[in-house]
Amino acid sequence: MGRHPGFVLGLLLTGLLGLTALISLIWTPYAYDAISVAERMQGPSAAHWLGTDQFGRDIATRLMVGARNSISVGVVAVSIGLVAGGLLGLLAAARGGWVDELVARGSDVVFAFPAIVSAILITALLGPGAVNAIIAIGIFNIPVFARVTRGAALQVWGMEYARAGLAIGKSGLGVTRDHVLPNILSVLIVQATIQFAVAILAEAALAYLGLGTQPPAPSWGRMLFDAQTLMSIDPKLAILPGLAIALAVLGLNLLGDGLRDILDPRLRTEPVG
Amino acid sequence: MNKLLLGTAVVVFLMITGLTVGSANAQSKNSLMIGVTLEPPHLDPTAGAAAAIDETVYANVFEGLTRIDQNGAIQPQLAESWTVSDDGLVYTFNLKRDVTFHDGTSFEASDVVFSFDRARAGDSVNAQKALFAAIETVEATDPMTVKVTLSRPEGSLLFNLGWGDAVIVAPESAATNKTSPVGTGPFKFSRWVKGDRVELVAVAPDAPIQKATFRFMSDPSAQVAALKAGDIDAATNLNAPEAVLAFQADRNFEVAIGTTEGETILSINNTRAPLDDVRVRRAIAHGIDRKAIIDGAMFGFGTPIGSHFAPHHPAYVDLTGTYPHDPAKARALLAEAGVTDLAVTLKLPPPAYARRSGEIVAAQLKEVGITVEIVPVEWAQWLEQVFRGDDFDLTIVSHTEPLDIGIYARDKYYFNYDSPAFKAVIKRLNATSDPAARNALLAVAQDIVAVDAVNGFMFQLARLGVWRKGLKGMWRNAPVQAIDITGVRWE
Repeated sequence: MGRHPGFVLGLLLTGLLGLTALISLIWTPYAYDAISVAERMQGPSAAHWLGTDQFGRDIATRLMVGARNSISVGVVAVSIGLVAGGLLGLLAAARGGWVDELVARGSDVVFAFPAIVSAILITALLGPGAVNAIIAIGIFNIPVFARVTRGAALQVWGMEYARAGLAIGKSGLGVTRDHVLPNILSVLIVQATIQFAVAILAEAALAYLGLGTQPPAPSWGRMLFDAQTLMSIDPKLAILPGLAIALAVLGLNLLGDGLRDILDPRLRTEPVG
Repeated sequence: MNKLLLGTAVVVFLMITGLTVGSANAQSKNSLMIGVTLEPPHLDPTAGAAAAIDETVYANVFEGLTRIDQNGAIQPQLAESWTVSDDGLVYTFNLKRDVTFHDGTSFEASDVVFSFDRARAGDSVNAQKALFAAIETVEATDPMTVKVTLSRPEGSLLFNLGWGDAVIVAPESAATNKTSPVGTGPFKFSRWVKGDRVELVAVAPDAPIQKATFRFMSDPSAQVAALKAGDIDAATNLNAPEAVLAFQADRNFEVAIGTTEGETILSINNTRAPLDDVRVRRAIAHGIDRKAIIDGAMFGFGTPIGSHFAPHHPAYVDLTGTYPHDPAKARALLAEAGVTDLAVTLKLPPPAYARRSGEIVAAQLKEVGITVEIVPVEWAQWLEQVFRGDDFDLTIVSHTEPLDIGIYARDKYYFNYDSPAFKAVIKRLNATSDPAARNALLAVAQDIVAVDAVNGFMFQLARLGVWRKGLKGMWRNAPVQAIDITGVRWE
């Protein structure tokens, strides 16, 4: 552990994010949509730890609920990508031939569009809203996972033990289940962590563009958007949600990097001495 | 040390040259770039209700027989003078001579007859046909004289004819005015880059402003940034009230806080249950706190209203006390109406006044037990779903037409108010030309609409104009939907 300070920091930040979101489920200092215009744009105080926004809403509360929002977007979107993309990748690797070509080239085509552009396209088609944003982010996650899974799975299929599995009469499904999947799991976990960060960033971007979470529900991206014209009057309105996004993404990236270092057997070295 | 000196010298040199270049530009400047919030759907003011149409072309491209000046007073325009018969039924207009349309055709009485007949026709698409309701016939007695005969006295005819909807168009170009407007104004249409800007150029070669551009920027922060960067010279109604505070302290800019005709209201679909119950509407009226909305959404810029009427109008009656903010009363009224767990949608068009007030209104109504789901919509969707499609519970919009309380007498207007008593008052008003009697009737009209809590009356939009110092002649107030640049020049 001590050799992975990044991992520890990532774990801490991600843990903090998760904890905040969990706490927000049972308790927040105020209601996230409780407006009190008389108290707007106050600085931090005992009553409002991080101050209040342009409508007098408690910023700490909105950041907490925003964390929950980010996490749920991340979890659902990454799950969509992981399950659908993972299955496609496994199938492609197991069957080869035209199925493989289809999945690989299909992923390439989707990849040709930058992730955020495809997400904007999808939300523009489905209409703005939190659920549609999740679906959009989930969809652009599918080719990411399909590609990673296929690559890793093909490597395992090239191993003698996988071939041996086929030789002793196991089906393609059996080999995938018994040999391929367990061996690529770590790759998928690392990828999922990184995609989680990407999803949070994408949700913030969509909300910022008015395509994601709709007001009054708080989203970090939406908070940034609202703060745009108020920045010169009250900079914290932009700094706080910006910081939240930055820390969450940093934490998840560090966690992902750390996990890759720890889980990748090629990088695992015995301590000297 | 030498380096430091050299650096300082370079900086100073750049500052000096930069300053001279800047002032040289300002002196020779004869173009004007105005940032506006909305893009017009088309450019024919006689065929659409959108304020953005009039704001672009009123007085600049199109002219009417009369015009409204920035103080709301009636001025002669294409009619040089006029006489009114003693019974108030016949108006004779003497037209201005040697006026030509931008396509070269000359302006004559037949154009006036054509324009008014076109606006009054059964198949007319004029958004304000009521303006012409009293007109019986329009005749050209000679090429420079028009006789308008009314079926009943119409006290506000001269004002009505000053609206953008009553401008004079030529038969040769009327059909294509939507895309290439042809009028008689001092500016002619040059080009329209969809989604970006409309360009007008001066007709007179010696006009102080040779080229005027209206740039569409729906995003308030974009308007602020564009002003600061010098990309636009003026924002006539800055969509970002918070930014006005900063501009007030900036000596490069002039800030003008004026009035508009924009009654900003929480429109209620009066036929949709349970909003058809006056008690529910009164509960909504008691639920909203105008001061909080004005402070929170508009940074204090705006005047509370209690009915659909502009506070700066002489006939205004302060009815803000009719249903004061009182959450307990609101809850009691809802209970009395037998309404529990009321859930409604609130469709919000793009302007910041709507989106921001909407969030506050939603929170205020939540406090009285009404769940409000906010649905942000684009203007096209708003016009289609709310204004024409009747598909809404609540919406927030600013009605920027002047003296438009008459919309409450319309059949099938989007908020679906139908009151025989109110219609009777408006009918009498239309037949009254004595100013005092008109004001008394307008007071009654304001009261009926307020008591019936037809809509949630919130505030009169302030006009927050910001422009570069040295720009003279911009309108502070907006008594009609207009960005009149005919008197604008750089100093």
